[in-house]
Amino acid sequence: MTISEPIIDLKQVNFSYPGGPAVLRDLNFRLHPGERIGIIAPNGSGKTTLFHLIMGLAKPFGGQVTIFGQARREERDFAEVRRRIGLLFQDPDDQLFSPTVLEDVAFGPLNLGKTKAEAAAVARRTLNFLGLNGFEDRITFKLSGGEKRLVSLAAVLAMEPEVLLLDEPVNGLDTRTRARLMDILRGLDLSYILISHELDFLTATTNVIYTMENGHVRLDRELHFHQHTHAHPLGGSPHEH
Amino acid sequence: MLLEPFAAGDSFLHRLDPRIRLASAVVYSCAVAVCTAFPALLTALLLSMALIALARLRITAIFKRLLVVNGLVVFIWAVIPFTFPGEALFRLGPLSAAKDGVELAAQITLKSNAIVLAFMALVATMPLATAGHALHRLRVPDKFVHLLLMTYRYIFVLEQEYQRLVRAAQIRGFRPGTNLHTYRTYAYLVGMLFVRAVDRAERVRWAMLCRGFKRKFYSLQEFRAGAGSIAFFFLMCAAVLGIAALELWPGSW
Repeated sequence: MTISEPIIDLKQVNFSYPGGPAVLRDLNFRLHPGERIGIIAPNGSGKTTLFHLIMGLAKPFGGQVTIFGQARREERDFAEVRRRIGLLFQDPDDQLFSPTVLEDVAFGPLNLGKTKAEAAAVARRTLNFLGLNGFEDRITFKLSGGEKRLVSLAAVLAMEPEVLLLDEPVNGLDTRTRARLMDILRGLDLSYILISHELDFLTATTNVIYTMENGHVRLDRELHFHQHTHAHPLGGSPHEH
Repeated sequence: MLLEPFAAGDSFLHRLDPRIRLASAVVYSCAVAVCTAFPALLTALLLSMALIALARLRITAIFKRLLVVNGLVVFIWAVIPFTFPGEALFRLGPLSAAKDGVELAAQITLKSNAIVLAFMALVATMPLATAGHALHRLRVPDKFVHLLLMTYRYIFVLEQEYQRLVRAAQIRGFRPGTNLHTYRTYAYLVGMLFVRAVDRAERVRWAMLCRGFKRKFYSLQEFRAGAGSIAFFFLMCAAVLGIAALELWPGSW
């Protein structure tokens, strides 16, 4: 896995919001093909900023952003990144801006130059894949929270990305939708980075968990350890280590 | 919450091409708006009522909406007749109602009711999203159409944010009164709402960029004007010509 070239490679990246303290300090981070990285970290530790740097929505003050083997600096460098990496926003209301579900899911494919018929077909296929048949003509703002989340995932997947960035996708989901999302993620043949506060969701959907601290990303050894110890026979009942 | 009670339906009007309905509504209401002769205006009102009957909308819902319009019309009746110069028609104490003023108020009443009814029958019978796409196809500038559709999409989100802010104030014991504290609190609420709207706009723009947005919108909806739609458009044009004839030669009918 480590032999292949990383898809995302951030080196010594620094970032702060205007007038604020440094959010990311000399951050190093890599995602290799096939990896599923979970990030669990306190609020305000720069997780969302990390995603924004990868998508080119925020520009670092220093360091190097290399994605798909190419240095990405300016706005136009990121057009390709946005086509091949899909970002699922924290708030689905930010993502679903079209009046109807089908139009929203077809928005990405249309921007990629697909014809109307192709885009509609891709959108329908993606909705079916996520078990959202019959949602095509629903009005986006009238959907429930869980439905909005799944539809926005459909909108991202319809662009057929190679990598997914998921920003707290389980936030505010009920247990059923949560389980459904877990199944969907496990069934995907994609590399992804998933931010969540829920450790059990991360252990079920990712193969390595990092945390963020003082603007750095680090392997969370303690969590990692914990993740594996739950495989022992007592894992199902309450116990301490 | 934005409800579109008239959009669901299966009448003849509901099934017409939305572009035809929009174009008819615009042509018709422009014609009615410039008319002044009573025979023309009365005919228009009757025609609008016929359209409403054709759309088979709920009468009570229509009356509720007309009430809003005629609330404004009442103000016109309260002001215009008594402030117009000219020959007095009748007197109310020290006030005298001018004949021209009464005529003008009556014209406004007929016009506004006729136009609102026609819009209810022709335009309110389609979802706003459809109206947006139909406008786009009628070559209304992109910016206007997107402004309309985005407003439609986010007005509900903003309303929720407003409700959240109001609740936050209420649970801490805020009770509106006639004092500076109340005004200041409302000013904060509105200010906060603007800040959140700007934040929201930024995030929506990001989401659009992430999905390859290139300042161009595409609409998936296809419209087809069938024979019924085209016939309807010609009928509406004929009706408009009829109203124009009544306006121009009021004595000859």
